[in-house]
Amino acid sequence: MKQLTEIRWHGRGGQGAKTASLLLADVAFNTGMQVQGFPEYGPERMGAPITAYNRIGTGKIRVHSNIYQPDYVVVVDETLLDTVDVASGLSKKGAIVINSPKSGEELRPKLHGYTGKVYTIDARKISMETLGRYFPNSPMLAAIVKVSGIMEQDEFMDEMKASYKHKFAHKPQVISGNMKALEMAFQEVK
Amino acid sequence: MAKKDRLSGNEAVAVAMRQVNPDVMPAFPITPSTELPQYFSSYVANGQVDTEFIPVESEHSAMGACIGSEAAGARTITATSSAGFAFMWELLYVAASNRLPIVLALVNRALSGPININCDHSDGMGARDSGWIQLYAEDNQEAYDNYIQAFRIGEHEDVQLPVMVCQDGFITSHGVQNIELLEDKEVKKFVGQYKPERALLNPGTSFAVGPYSVSDHYFEAKRAQAEALKHSKKVIKDVAVEYKKLSGRGFTWFEEYKMKDAEYCMIIMGSAAGTGKDAVDALREKGVKAGLIKIRMFRPFPGKEIANAVSKCKVIACMDRTESYNLQSGPIGADVKTALYNEGAKVKVLNYVYGLGGRDVTVKSLSSVFKDMEKVQKNNKLGNPYRYLSVRG
Repeated sequence: MKQLTEIRWHGRGGQGAKTASLLLADVAFNTGMQVQGFPEYGPERMGAPITAYNRIGTGKIRVHSNIYQPDYVVVVDETLLDTVDVASGLSKKGAIVINSPKSGEELRPKLHGYTGKVYTIDARKISMETLGRYFPNSPMLAAIVKVSGIMEQDEFMDEMKASYKHKFAHKPQVISGNMKALEMAFQEVK
Repeated sequence: MAKKDRLSGNEAVAVAMRQVNPDVMPAFPITPSTELPQYFSSYVANGQVDTEFIPVESEHSAMGACIGSEAAGARTITATSSAGFAFMWELLYVAASNRLPIVLALVNRALSGPININCDHSDGMGARDSGWIQLYAEDNQEAYDNYIQAFRIGEHEDVQLPVMVCQDGFITSHGVQNIELLEDKEVKKFVGQYKPERALLNPGTSFAVGPYSVSDHYFEAKRAQAEALKHSKKVIKDVAVEYKKLSGRGFTWFEEYKMKDAEYCMIIMGSAAGTGKDAVDALREKGVKAGLIKIRMFRPFPGKEIANAVSKCKVIACMDRTESYNLQSGPIGADVKTALYNEGAKVKVLNYVYGLGGRDVTVKSLSSVFKDMEKVQKNNKLGNPYRYLSVRG
């Protein structure tokens, strides 16, 4: 693993990009890594573009700035591609993961000349099938873990199960759906 | 045994508050410190602490209640930010002059206007003359560690002053990062029981709190406050030594990073110090003799010691995350230059205003400050001594 992996999340207020970044920090911490998870705060409102960040590594993380040259980018809402240069500064050796039923090559024209890998995942379909509601969080989280390879799938699934058990202690019936969403995301990200 | 966790800066300070289990917490919420009274009131509701939580109607009332409660003999805390802190202003001075060791968690945020919720140090810097001890933190770990030490510092018989424990709004208060926590009982033992020398609710003792002081006495009271602040330097050091035995983490008045042979030094405070250390490392790899001083204790100011630490540098840059509109220096710049003058040190000094209202501070932007220092040395010309970093126009 790289000494430090930097990830930038793009979403819209209310979609859970911030929560996803904090969840990723949680699972990475549980597997013994040094982590940072933080959103960029502004005048928050539902639907406005928001950014969240992760640094995950092996050594102590001291830097406290936003991330301008990420290794990976996650786009939780495809419509952001029309207004935000989501691939700005993104490493060509890294990758971008977009929540969309389309293929990476179909979306590439909207990425301002980005030449690295483009992955897509239909988080809406997965979420509707497994949870019956649209929560793109879990599928996107699994997708970025797979694409970035920051941890093994088994390790990730174990940690997420423990985390859901804790988080959904009052409604355990939703745990299996969430676990299924993660599994499907691992298989379907392409 | 230390417990490894990952917490935001606010979560970390909330845990420290729970572990200290103070007697009273009057508070009024304001972002980015809102989570502190929020988390703490749930500890109260869950019975995890037996603190009297007072949901006051304003920050002015919060500090008023703190003063009354601490004077009564109760260990008292509060938390605030920015405009809320400004609303406490009048009473900050009253707390300090009455020698009441209240502990205030200040989550630094810009003052209005324009309205802005993000980090800078203009709130804390505005209160630098209020007579409070001020400790600043680089990250969630230091915010936690400083908070626990604050009680022993403020309540020490040679000090008896309120302490402000500051951390950067959102940057550390809402950023989740690894942290090591002490056991609850270790913290309780470290802070001990609060036994003030005088307390209004102690039968048999009588003293005046907040009296009118005529010209014949006022000056001596203020002089005594300055003396107490002077005493606090040793106490802050001693408490840090004891805390290191417990936690393994050492603290000083200011941290010297790669300063041994440094020719260029940045003096900075808060979360940007971590970013600055990464800049120093990158410059060291290129052969630049860069170093950094991170101020932990801003009040009292360790002027003489900082002047000595930078006396062999060629150029230094003082970084102020506030504007004080004197057109020549920020608060850190002014204090450092005064100390250098007093010590007769001949060091070229640049002073930067940076990061106002949450303007992002990056390795790149801080590296440019070192480039400026090199340029000053190369041309043997200071140029404009008071500069602005990463600002348009």
